[in-house]
Amino acid sequence: MPIDRRDFLTSSAAALTAAVLPRTAAAKPHAAQPHVVVVGAGFGGATCAKYLRLWDPGIQVTLIEPNPHFTSCPMSNWVVGGFLDFDYLVKRYDKLPKYGIRMVRDRVTGVDGEKRLVHTQGGEKIAYDRLVLAPGMEFMTEKVEGYAEGAKAGKVMHAFKAGPETLLLRKQLEAMPDGGVFIIASPPPPGRCVSGPYERASVAAHYFKQHKPKSKIIMLDGHIDVVSKGPMFKAAWKELYPGMIEHRPNNLAVGFDHRTMTVRTEFEDQKGDVVNIIPLQRAPQLCKDAGVRNDALDRWCRVDFTTYESTSVPNIHVVGDPIMSNMPKSAHVSNNQAKIAAAAIIELLHGRQPDPVPVIGSTSYSVTSDHTSGSIAVVMRYDPVKKVYQRQPEGGANKTHSEIEFEYGRSWHENMWADTLG
Amino acid sequence: MAEPMKIRATLKGDVAEVKCLMNHVMETGLRKDAKTGTAVPAHHITNVTCTVGGRQVMDAQWGGGISKNPYLAIRVKGAKAGDKVVVTWIDNKGDSNTAEASVG
Repeated sequence: MPIDRRDFLTSSAAALTAAVLPRTAAAKPHAAQPHVVVVGAGFGGATCAKYLRLWDPGIQVTLIEPNPHFTSCPMSNWVVGGFLDFDYLVKRYDKLPKYGIRMVRDRVTGVDGEKRLVHTQGGEKIAYDRLVLAPGMEFMTEKVEGYAEGAKAGKVMHAFKAGPETLLLRKQLEAMPDGGVFIIASPPPPGRCVSGPYERASVAAHYFKQHKPKSKIIMLDGHIDVVSKGPMFKAAWKELYPGMIEHRPNNLAVGFDHRTMTVRTEFEDQKGDVVNIIPLQRAPQLCKDAGVRNDALDRWCRVDFTTYESTSVPNIHVVGDPIMSNMPKSAHVSNNQAKIAAAAIIELLHGRQPDPVPVIGSTSYSVTSDHTSGSIAVVMRYDPVKKVYQRQPEGGANKTHSEIEFEYGRSWHENMWADTLG
Repeated sequence: MAEPMKIRATLKGDVAEVKCLMNHVMETGLRKDAKTGTAVPAHHITNVTCTVGGRQVMDAQWGGGISKNPYLAIRVKGAKAGDKVVVTWIDNKGDSNTAEASVG
């Protein structure tokens, strides 16, 4: 997997300074029945809670989540493209309690790693034997000067966490006049869903082609190229939307003026009618407060890749987007990491050795229109010598999009939701 | 060769942040062609200079250790708005390229 040169120094410096923590003697459980607390009921957290209970009903599991419903980011670009109702992304949590999971609707405000306590906004103090943090990511909006003001004025949005911003973006695309310019500014990796911005350009083009054919999409990309599914996207754009999508690589957005609707990048200024800026991301503040956001740039969490336990705080595991790794930050990866962590936690709680060479899969589908899609599928195995997940032979990305991949992709979503939410 | 470079110089206080993106293959001479097995000849930038307001602020010697399409960012003290920034590179085949911007 290519390493971005801007991150190379950081990661190698961090690797040099990362102290190898001696494994602390397995902490004694608080009670006869060990208690695992999981924070965040997304693709990582909900999966982890469910599989802990499925694989060891002797473990007590509490799942803390502030939102009443699950909202799926995968498929949310379909809403942006106007071929799916937002309601379809919203799923209920009602099946999880059937696995014996205690669901707590609350927001975690603090973690005491020493006393093994979680504090919530509702004033609860919940003791754990093992804690799993799966809080997703947060945006570094401060890296885009003027973003906060622009967002407040409703003139810019990331729409990269499915929710009201997804609908706001759709509304603005509908209101945009024919011949308008839609700007998508996306960050270089690592970040959530690296193919998401290209999928978004595709669905917007699909909509413009039918309703506003004179419009243009300008992608201001902080990355060096369309790396994720690049040949597939480029071929699809040429075939379906010739001349409509302009991709400008190496163009990280650093500022936005909502009065003139101008995005400032490292190298140019670009005016748009609808502006979507996806800022750089990092592990959420909660991870920092818990002491597990521990890489050199204070962005991501370093973990032991066989257990997903933090390298800095014992008994705290982290899964999904907040992790520093060469794995994509995708729904499938979060789901798979959660299963590896669940299995490892069970082994650790029983004083056994977790699987030293776990295997992880990642598949991701990107639509290119309302009936075509392309995918990537990879399998990675942990290499305990190099301490990194190594991509296994075979697999890879589609070179061209197709209608059958669209159907596969639709099934993929249904299966992911079913596996995660029960 | 000599595809256009991207350059921008932003003033923050009296410090100009110069960012530049060069288009260059940056072949080390050590890489082997996957099909033929023969070494790809060295072709990389050897010198990069930067002037701000006519004053030379950087003279760098580069080699094959710099990645393809190099990204350069430097901060220059004592710059004023409107100062002309010029970045020039020369490679081992004698090719060169220059980009200009004004500090803003």
